[in-house]
Amino acid sequence: MPKVTVDGQEIEVPDGATVLQACELAGKEIPRFCYHERLSIAGNCRMCLVEVKPGPPKPQASCALPATEGQEIRTDSLMVKTAREGVMEFLLINHPLDCPICDQGGECDLQDQSVAYGRGATRYHENKRAVTEKYMGPLIKTVMTRCIHCTRCVRFSEEIAGVDEIGALYRGEQMQITTYLEQAAKHELSANVIDLCPVGALTSRPYAFEARPWELKKTLSIDVSDAVGANIRLDSRGREVLRALPRINDDVNEEWLSDKGRYMVDGLTRRRLDKVWIRSKCKLQAASWEDAFKAIAKAKPKGSVAAIAGDLVDCETMFAAKKLVNALGSDLLEGRQTGMRYPAGNLAAVNFNSTFAGIETADAILIVGSMVRWEAPLVNVRLRKAVKRGAKVFVVGPRWETTYPAEFLGDDAGVLHDLPAHVTEALEKAERPAVIVGGAGLAAGALDAALALPVQRDGWNGFNVLHMAASRMGGLMLGYAQEGGIADIAKSAPKVVLALGADEVDWSQFDGSLKVYIGHHGDKGAHAADIILPAAAYSEKDGTYVNTEGRVQFAEKAVFAPGDAREDWTILRALADALGVTVGFDSFAELQAAMIAEVPALGVEGLADVMSLSGGALPKPGKGRASGRIAYPIKDFYLTNPIARASVVMQHCSAELLHGETLAEAAE
Amino acid sequence: MSLADKDRIFTNLYGYQDWGLKAAQTRGDWDDTKTLMARGQDAIIDEIKESGLRGRGGAGFPTGMKWSFMPKESKDGRPSFLVINADESEPGSCKDREIIRHDPHKLIEGALVAGYAMRARAAYIYIRGEFIREAETLFKAVAEAYDAGLLGKNAAGSGYDFDVFVHRGAGAYICGEETAMIESLEGKKGQPRLKPPFPAGAGLYGCPTTVNNVESIAVVPTILRRGASWFASFGRPNNAGTKLFQISGHVNRPCVVEEAMSIPFGELIEKHCGGIIGGRDNLLAVIPGGSSVPLVPADQIWDCPMDFDGLKEVGSGLGTAAAIVMDKSTDIVRAISRISYFYKHESCGQCTPCREGVGWMWRVMERLRTGDAHVEEIDMLHQVTKQVEGHTICALGDAAAWPIQGLIKHFRPEIERRIAEAGNIAEAAE
Repeated sequence: MPKVTVDGQEIEVPDGATVLQACELAGKEIPRFCYHERLSIAGNCRMCLVEVKPGPPKPQASCALPATEGQEIRTDSLMVKTAREGVMEFLLINHPLDCPICDQGGECDLQDQSVAYGRGATRYHENKRAVTEKYMGPLIKTVMTRCIHCTRCVRFSEEIAGVDEIGALYRGEQMQITTYLEQAAKHELSANVIDLCPVGALTSRPYAFEARPWELKKTLSIDVSDAVGANIRLDSRGREVLRALPRINDDVNEEWLSDKGRYMVDGLTRRRLDKVWIRSKCKLQAASWEDAFKAIAKAKPKGSVAAIAGDLVDCETMFAAKKLVNALGSDLLEGRQTGMRYPAGNLAAVNFNSTFAGIETADAILIVGSMVRWEAPLVNVRLRKAVKRGAKVFVVGPRWETTYPAEFLGDDAGVLHDLPAHVTEALEKAERPAVIVGGAGLAAGALDAALALPVQRDGWNGFNVLHMAASRMGGLMLGYAQEGGIADIAKSAPKVVLALGADEVDWSQFDGSLKVYIGHHGDKGAHAADIILPAAAYSEKDGTYVNTEGRVQFAEKAVFAPGDAREDWTILRALADALGVTVGFDSFAELQAAMIAEVPALGVEGLADVMSLSGGALPKPGKGRASGRIAYPIKDFYLTNPIARASVVMQHCSAELLHGETLAEAAE
Repeated sequence: MSLADKDRIFTNLYGYQDWGLKAAQTRGDWDDTKTLMARGQDAIIDEIKESGLRGRGGAGFPTGMKWSFMPKESKDGRPSFLVINADESEPGSCKDREIIRHDPHKLIEGALVAGYAMRARAAYIYIRGEFIREAETLFKAVAEAYDAGLLGKNAAGSGYDFDVFVHRGAGAYICGEETAMIESLEGKKGQPRLKPPFPAGAGLYGCPTTVNNVESIAVVPTILRRGASWFASFGRPNNAGTKLFQISGHVNRPCVVEEAMSIPFGELIEKHCGGIIGGRDNLLAVIPGGSSVPLVPADQIWDCPMDFDGLKEVGSGLGTAAAIVMDKSTDIVRAISRISYFYKHESCGQCTPCREGVGWMWRVMERLRTGDAHVEEIDMLHQVTKQVEGHTICALGDAAAWPIQGLIKHFRPEIERRIAEAGNIAEAAE
């Protein structure tokens, strides 16, 4: 713990801290462009110069200088002030003065810091540099003339994303940041470079010229595009969500967000269900809430009703539906739409027990049937970190492009019963071994085989299930699981099926039932439905979500639902009245209270103690045998949920990045 | 007191004899290298320290001390490396080229001895891309040495395993900076690294590395054979040894010549170059150490001893001892502007002050050349050079700033005259 003096104030800093960190600990602001906590140190912007004694009689880059015992650091001396002014002047001489038409305006590091640390006027009267336009794909808009060459984007692609996509060409003044061969950046986290870019060189293409940051209402929310539960901020204006940005949460998403979570928000205003529809003579007809409720009552749901939860619904909706179904004398609840039927009695056996932060420290990882890159891009980032620390990764399942060295053990799930010797040895010898069972692994019946693997150590639980649906863990906690999966429900042929945004179900198995779709998008579920009750999307209601690690998180309402659409729980509450049953709550607060009374874990934000919920131990592995060829369920990363499928941006990404179509760009 | 032929290290500097191994051996190279190495690693380093040899690449850091920073033993199994900087791209410099052309075995033997002294596993010779014939010679010479058992396993019968790899650069000036060279050797873009960590701690492939100039390494075997005191007997204290001087520009016979350090500039020119064109009075200025040091006007340079300290006193530096002589026919502003253009072209673009500042400096220099500027801009230019100097990752920023600072210091009246002549002196404020 070296002691240093910052501007006369003596402080103790942690070992390995840099001078910049020491200054921050002392409460001094150090301007910077290239330095970023989560990226390697480049030291190239030279904005963070400070005066350090002992040392050469010139300013030092504080981001790269280790803090050592007895250093005297000055951030307020004349030398530092001149150095900052000088660097700022250099950064600005070739930076275009187009702030009024730049999307970064108002949230631009260069703007802010030039006000704080720059000189008032320019002395540069030569011509400014211009850089030819680059193309980085449908998500990233480039104006490379504005680039200050901090190389954050280059370092992000190389270090975090693990793809060599962005780099610098040429040298000196001619240096240009570009993607190789000017192709689109294709990986799932590409848009994070937009947040990293301290200037307006890389901005959001879909959000271009939409709004200024100070016009936007900022709402804290949770991403529902996968089961990671990335913490996001929804920026909205009026009734429209204009963009989603990641929030910092070191336990979940660090400060990244997948492209899908970020850019599916334009789908929130398209293909929306904004009125009640009733099917008559094979055609959907607009109707009133009253008619719809009457039609449902007519089907006599008492004792013969089921609820099927979709991937995006919150716990409150599921709980309200559960109460309604129970009140109607049934307990047919299911959330695993595609027919998976693993035992869900022991929550720990279907949970990501290592936690995301924990998996970084694993030293041997066996992935069973999960294309992590598409199913949970942010977990893939963690796996890459683990590999960088020396972890070995083995994958059972068809080959996919990992961003780290990994050994593929074959497509057949049966290999789990007959793992190669070096894999068993690696898992046995590892101090923190982990297994990750993905959706395809669960479908292939790999749960029992995975439970039998030796991945438990003192203080370390390496058994992990990686879900893909934001609602899955919440649903399992609320009992949305039948022993035989959705087939059980189909077998009991309920008179009424409540589809809570369930868009992935094969509805042909419910031909005899009245299908009531309560959801927000006109997608597959609505196509199959007999009655459509328009509900709210995740941005339009308060709600609790549980991610695949069992982390309970709360999302807030950003905007109002369009048209006649109502928040889901109010629909279910009204339906209860129409059907003449009581569900025991009249307000959202009462609903939440009832839910928390039933599942106390949902009342505490943060990691639920899944272990003690499930009796303190993982179940004994059963006799189930994994078999068959593993087939990853996600065929198109950009189109996995109804919101994304409705999103023009996601469709564009899918067409261009996955299917290689070149879309003619509309003239502006 | 001129250097006697018997005291020359580079006896085939002009290529009058063959460069090959046989010829080199008759000149004394590879003569019982085994015994040299048998003195032991620390003894060799001590001898070099005693000889007062300072790095010949420009910075003049004591070579022996540099070697002593290398780890004595590898605690974590990492090997150590010696990297030899043959990326000689400094305008005016042409000594390493001559060594590699005509005396490559001096370098290769030096690599073995120096590498052994610093406990290196191998030496990488990074040769400038434009040196095509020189690289061919070097490749052949290394192959000869391997064939003769002088390199490789049990190199020269010493019981020490040592490899020498020759790596061709792609012609970037910045790759002559030691950490940029390491990056380039690793196959990356040649951009200098941040220091610390210094190469002696984590250099090539993250292993302890020492980067030395060709000349520094090539003189090592001779120093060991003839003794530190012999080498130290040349030159003034703290500036010991013999040195290859390269004189170009307006002299009657431009040449590369080995001379004792601290020889006065005038003597060097008169003796080896046939004097200044048009006589001593026709001398305008000299850039004494390659393009990156400030120029020295005629009246200060003539009696100045050509060594590290002597040139420092006149506000310049020895650099690589590449003296660029300019007589009064020179357009001095244009000459410095051309140097600015060189640095603008060779800046790697990594850090801000150099990337943005050097181009700015060149543009202003171009206007000063024609007088299309205001007098205040001279001061502004000086300030800009000060904003670049000392604010960058590597020394290229300094190197770009110094020539301009030298020009403004010594030739400000000339610049002002041009501005006045162009009629810009009385222009009203905008």
